[in-house]
Formats: sequence, structure tokens, C-alpha cells
Amino acid sequence: MAGAAKSGHQLQLLDFWVSPFGQRCRIALDEKGLPYEYLEQDLANKSELLLRSNPVHKKIPVLLHAGRPVCESLIILHYLDEAFPSSAPLLPAGDAYARAQARFWADYVDKKVYECGTRLWKLKGEPQAQAVAEMLDILRTLDGALGDGREFFGGAAFGLADVALAPFTSWFHAYERFGGFSVEEECPRLAAWAKRCAQRPSVAKNVTPPEKVYDFICGLKKRFGIE
Amino acid sequence: MSSQQQPAAPVKLITAFGSPFAHRVEVALTLKGVPYELVVEDLANKSELLLAHNPVHQSVPVLLHSGRAVCESLVIVEYVDEAFHQATAPRILPADPYHRATARFWADFIANKCLRPMWLSMWAEGEAQARFARETKESLGVLDAQLEGKRFFGGDALGFVDLAACTLARWLGVLEEVAGVRLMADGEYPALRRWAKEYVSDEVVRRSLPDRDELAAFFAANKERYRSRVREAVQQQ
Repeated sequence: MAGAAKSGHQLQLLDFWVSPFGQRCRIALDEKGLPYEYLEQDLANKSELLLRSNPVHKKIPVLLHAGRPVCESLIILHYLDEAFPSSAPLLPAGDAYARAQARFWADYVDKKVYECGTRLWKLKGEPQAQAVAEMLDILRTLDGALGDGREFFGGAAFGLADVALAPFTSWFHAYERFGGFSVEEECPRLAAWAKRCAQRPSVAKNVTPPEKVYDFICGLKKRFGIE
Repeated sequence: MSSQQQPAAPVKLITAFGSPFAHRVEVALTLKGVPYELVVEDLANKSELLLAHNPVHQSVPVLLHSGRAVCESLVIVEYVDEAFHQATAPRILPADPYHRATARFWADFIANKCLRPMWLSMWAEGEAQARFARETKESLGVLDAQLEGKRFFGGDALGFVDLAACTLARWLGVLEEVAGVRLMADGEYPALRRWAKEYVSDEVVRRSLPDRDELAAFFAANKERYRSRVREAVQQQ
């Protein structure tokens, strides 16, 4: 992607292939039709660019816009929406209440899904059972938020809350296998929503296939000595 | 009682005594010139109103505007900033997208890297307590450097990040006394100390800041409950 950095928008994304947080940004950039340069980072050996761009957290994703860094995936989503307002809005303009609802659900996903999911695959015995119970509660809450007849969290338009959760749909498969449940059975509306998201080119292109996520987690478990 | 019908305030805020999160919203509403009515909850005995309007988290604050609920304090602050925006009212978040991203970044840092370990360091024990205290102090150092001679995190005027950090201005000192855990030793974090004084003296802030002694009594009364909850949370990790 040699010419991308020289394109009009000068957008670069420091990212890691399987990161659902990075994928949120990739989805948003594609939804908005914004060309960017993808820069895969070696997290075991962090680059000068990454450390300079995110000195506080030293984490991906980081969006660079004309060299200026924006960190934290949901903050990047807001930034893209505000800096590029004319293309495919992630938040509905002029409706403060709808925007607040979208932010609430994006925040909920951020607070709950990854942390609980990590406990689910990392722990064993009682703590794992606890994590499974919590994950079911989280997924059912999201299922309820979708309700009946809504295509996406905000209604007819694919938006902020959908982008926040979409990459995690690939992690559902791993949660199901480690947790012994089925999202389709427990949360049919959420499962249907996931299928709808998967049909969008931005999601299909950027989200890691579920089997690969599962293999990645198995690799992590081996590395941490968890069997 | 006046014989005239007072119009009902269009905005209600469900709150609880001592909540720094509800305080953020009160300051935001006052900055934007929005009259509001407080509905004070007893969190040990949550009302139907609260449970109906915040079924997901069952916590305060909850803003009710024309009957519709907005939850999560910083989401509410952004909502207030947008829904009640007028040319004459101050902006809580700046207008420029990059500056907005920066403000959101620091609010997120404060919430996750500062306030969370701070609370845990007050009530945890042993090695976990030491770890949380270290993490908090490191974050306080980062914030102290971030202020770099500015009056407020927002610059000359109070803004989004100052509201996010409000806990550090009034609540931290009280918690240190009640829990017996000192995070800000004398002479440490001079910029942050100065900011805390500016914050609690601000004319708008003062209207919704809880009294120090009442706050201390409140935390002291709930000490054991905090300790057992934190013990459980640490065990889960």
C-alpha cells in the first residue's frame, strides 16, 4: 500500500492483525470510504513509531492523521466521524438522544465483552463458570437492546454501537466452545444481527474468521501455560 | 406554598449522596444554564424509577429529559453539551475534532488508570493493595505533568476532563483520611494539588460539591461493605 500515506487524507493505522479494537477502526475507515495505510505492529517488540504515538498506553490501535496520533478505538471512531462528517456517519447528526444511546451501548461493549471473554477462556473451575454466567448475561442484555424489528443497534443505519461490537462476533465462537453454550440458541436476535453485519463488505474484509480467533486463543493458552 | 403553578423542570437528575459521577452531571447542567430537579436515591433501597430507567447498570446518575433516560455520567455530560448547546453557553468539550479526541483520551485515562485503581487501593489488602496504589500514583504523576501550568485541564475554563477528574479534587482527600491510605503525600503532585484547589473553589462547582465532613461520615459508615466487595473483586481476577 505504498501510495496510501501520500493520499489526500494522510491516514495511517498502527494495528495488530487479530485485535478486535483495531478492527473497529478498519471497519469505520472502510464504511467511510477513507483510504489509509495499515501498519502491522510487532507487539513483542514495539516500534519507535508506536511508542512515540502512544507513550501513555503503548497500545494499538493508533490512528495517525497527518502525523497526529489519536488513541483508544472508540475515541478513534468518534474522531473519524467528526473529522470526516460528510461520509457515512457513525452517529446520527442532530439527534443528541440517539447519539447518547449509541455511546451508551458502545461503552457497555467496551466495559464488558473483552474482559469477561478473557476470563472465560483463561480461567478454570468456579471462576470460569462465573465468567460464563456473566457472558450469557452480557449477550442477553445486548440481545434485548436490539429488540425485535431493529436491524442495527441504532435502527436502520449501521452505526457506532454496531462497529464497537462487530469484531467480537468472531470471538463468540471461541466463547461458545470454551463456555459450552450457543449464541444462536441463547440470543437469536444477536445472532441474526451478527449475520447481517458479516454481510457488510467492511466487516467481512476486516474481521478475523472465527476459527482463526479460536486457534489464536489456543496459542495464547499454550504460551501462558493454561491447558 | 405559592398559589401559582410552577412549571415542572424538564430535566430531572437521579442522584445519590456523595456520587462524584452525579456531581459531574450537575456541574455540566449548571454550566449550560439548564434548570433541573434532583431525585435523591437510597442506593441500599433502589426505587422503581431508577430500576426502570437504568435497568442495565442500576446506578446513578440517570438524566431524565422529557421522560427519556440517559445513563453513564460522561455520556450524559456529552448529551448535555449537545442537547443544550447555545451560542452563549460555554462548551464542555471543545469544538475541534482533534482537541475533542484529546479530551476524551484524558477522561478515559482518568477513569481507567486513575479512579479505578484509586478506589481499589483504598479498600484492598496486601500485595494487591500495594499494586493498585503504585498504579494510581504513577497515573497521578502523568496527570500532574499533563496540567503543566494550566489552570484547568481544559485550559482557562473548566471542561470535560476537569469533570472526569472531579473525584481527585474533593473525594480523594476524604477517602485517604477514612481508609488511612495516603496517595498524595505532602509536596507531591504540586500541579494537581493546585488544580484541586481551583476546582473546589470554582463558583459553579461549589453548588453541587458534597460537604467534606458529611462525605467522610458517609464513607466511614460504608467502609466494611467496600472492603468485602473489593476483596471479592480481587479474588475473581
